[in-house]
Amino acid sequence: MKSSRRRFLKFAGLSAVGVAGSTAVATRTRASEEHEPPVTEGKRLALVIDLRKFSKDDALLAKITAACHDAHNVPDFVDDPKNEVKWIWTEDFETAFHEQEFHYIREDLKGKATLLLCNHCDNPPCTRVCPTQATWKRASDGVVMMDWHRCIGCRYCVVACPYGSRSFNWKDPRKAPNLATINNTYPTRMRGVVEKCTFCDERLARGQQPACVEACDNGELVFGDLNDPGSEVRQLLSERLSIRRKPGLGTQPEVYYIVEDPRTLQETAPAAEVFEGEGGHA
Amino acid sequence: MLEKALSGSRAYWSWIFALLLIISGGVACWFWQFNEGLTITGLSRDVVWGFYIAQFTFLVGVAASAVMVVLPYYLHDYKAFGKMTILGEFLAIPAVIMCMAFIFVDMGMPNRILNMIFHPSPRSMMFWDGIALGGYLVLNIIISHWTLSSERREEPPPKWLKPIILLSIPWAVSIHTVTAFLYSGLAGRPFWMTAVLAPRFLASAFAAGPAILLLLAFFVRRISTFDPGKQAIDTLAKIVTYAMTVNVFFVLMELFTALYSDIPEHVLHFQFLFMGLEGENTLAPWMWVSSILAIVALIVLINPKTRGNYGWLKFGCVAVVVSLWIDKGLGMVIAGFVPNPLGKVVHYWPTAPELMISLAIYAIGALILTGLYKIALEVRGQLKAN
Repeated sequence: MKSSRRRFLKFAGLSAVGVAGSTAVATRTRASEEHEPPVTEGKRLALVIDLRKFSKDDALLAKITAACHDAHNVPDFVDDPKNEVKWIWTEDFETAFHEQEFHYIREDLKGKATLLLCNHCDNPPCTRVCPTQATWKRASDGVVMMDWHRCIGCRYCVVACPYGSRSFNWKDPRKAPNLATINNTYPTRMRGVVEKCTFCDERLARGQQPACVEACDNGELVFGDLNDPGSEVRQLLSERLSIRRKPGLGTQPEVYYIVEDPRTLQETAPAAEVFEGEGGHA
Repeated sequence: MLEKALSGSRAYWSWIFALLLIISGGVACWFWQFNEGLTITGLSRDVVWGFYIAQFTFLVGVAASAVMVVLPYYLHDYKAFGKMTILGEFLAIPAVIMCMAFIFVDMGMPNRILNMIFHPSPRSMMFWDGIALGGYLVLNIIISHWTLSSERREEPPPKWLKPIILLSIPWAVSIHTVTAFLYSGLAGRPFWMTAVLAPRFLASAFAAGPAILLLLAFFVRRISTFDPGKQAIDTLAKIVTYAMTVNVFFVLMELFTALYSDIPEHVLHFQFLFMGLEGENTLAPWMWVSSILAIVALIVLINPKTRGNYGWLKFGCVAVVVSLWIDKGLGMVIAGFVPNPLGKVVHYWPTAPELMISLAIYAIGALILTGLYKIALEVRGQLKAN
């Protein structure tokens, strides 16, 4: 009680500079003209999805999705897109990157099921618009968090997310058929709140990898700290060609997709040489 | 003064009971929605805001439009608006209350609404919209209460009221500007991401609001001895005309920028609005009606002969209101969601309970408006015996 009153008073003093301040912050993070993003304090967790390692309709995709949704009691109202809740799902490669308007693309990418989830943006528009700070970017590792007990269900974050990564509970999720049996180690939600992937913050706290990453056997998904130059994610990104969804919006998504030809998996040569060698390949 | 709203003719009470009936139907639907969740609306994972938020947006404009009578009267001492001003302020009060009600029914967790106060978030435009709307409601209640009670005592309004009235002028502009900012600052929604959104909101508000006010004034004139005066009606008609012209101009600006640049993510939303996309054309007939009415309204209002004829003027006002209601209360919000962030064309249409709840909120507004107008007319002793 005491702390919340202090917070309120503090806020009263700060509110006048609120908008100006937030603009200034935004300018500062964008000020860097370098190709490397500014190194922030703490970790910057990111996920690399190595599309080379997935076959077109890989059974692994269903396993990954189920691992996440089972672990987090995500309701499944079967064949009901209107009330759908999803944390991780697949779309055709062309749909996932629809704004790039891929034409005449490489055969292996055509219609390839591509995993989508919250991008845990470095500059997330969803947290900016939340009127109750029920969603925020965690300072220690950049994970975009959700507090389902504070969310008022205004859905402004869903509107602000450029990736369609957030779901609202239109009806009581506990009544979903698949939640007849639940994972007792993770909370269920009420109707009327927004939910999404949190990079398995509950597993990270226990020193584990996210459930989707753990469901893979062959490094299809790689998770780690981009602020650590020796991390596997950093190595992959510096050696392989990766893309992100809608980078032009300035949100700085932290989910990367490696889009090189699967044949590069067999090669040991660095990416640049592979590109010269494969230049004419369609 | 409130007691004056509690006595009236048979027609008055029939109207009140009709409104109460609609309200009780809407309240029942709202309890249903509260228990089942917003699944009983037409909203979905892809179209997360719809009819409720669109009505909110339209009504913020109606609320803001009071400034179109307040400003000439108090800032320019335009005496002709003397009688009209209280009607404008008394229209703003129920309009703001309806805005708040539409936000409330749209919430997934209405019981947690105070979290907006416990955890204030100045980075969110919703926070500022709350301040703008709440403040505007308080300002209008203070101003109309003291002006009317001074009038009743046949005294000039207290001196301290003047700065509050002057404050209400920029405040009115701010409520609709901040409401536009709710939409226009989102990188992921290209349809709304246009700098002309706030100016366009203001222009359409200053057309639709005074048009509603004119229609109300005509109605009040019929049932009472109240007469706003020819000069006031003519001036307000001119205000509607100019604002509507500016609004149509802004819409054309938007169309030019989107269509000439030919950037798909901007063009597609307009295409959905007016032609439909992939067979999904629920809004197209509405938008054409809106466009045609806008043109007809402009012809009727710009021509001084038709504008000066009160039959035509009423028709022009109805055309303005319907045209802008379709544009803002239907098209503007929904089109922002189609196509969705993955480029897919999705469907939305309000359901019966959603419309019933909305109708009930309009009935609440009408009830408050009726009471306030009744008080204003009684205080001035202008109500006819029956």
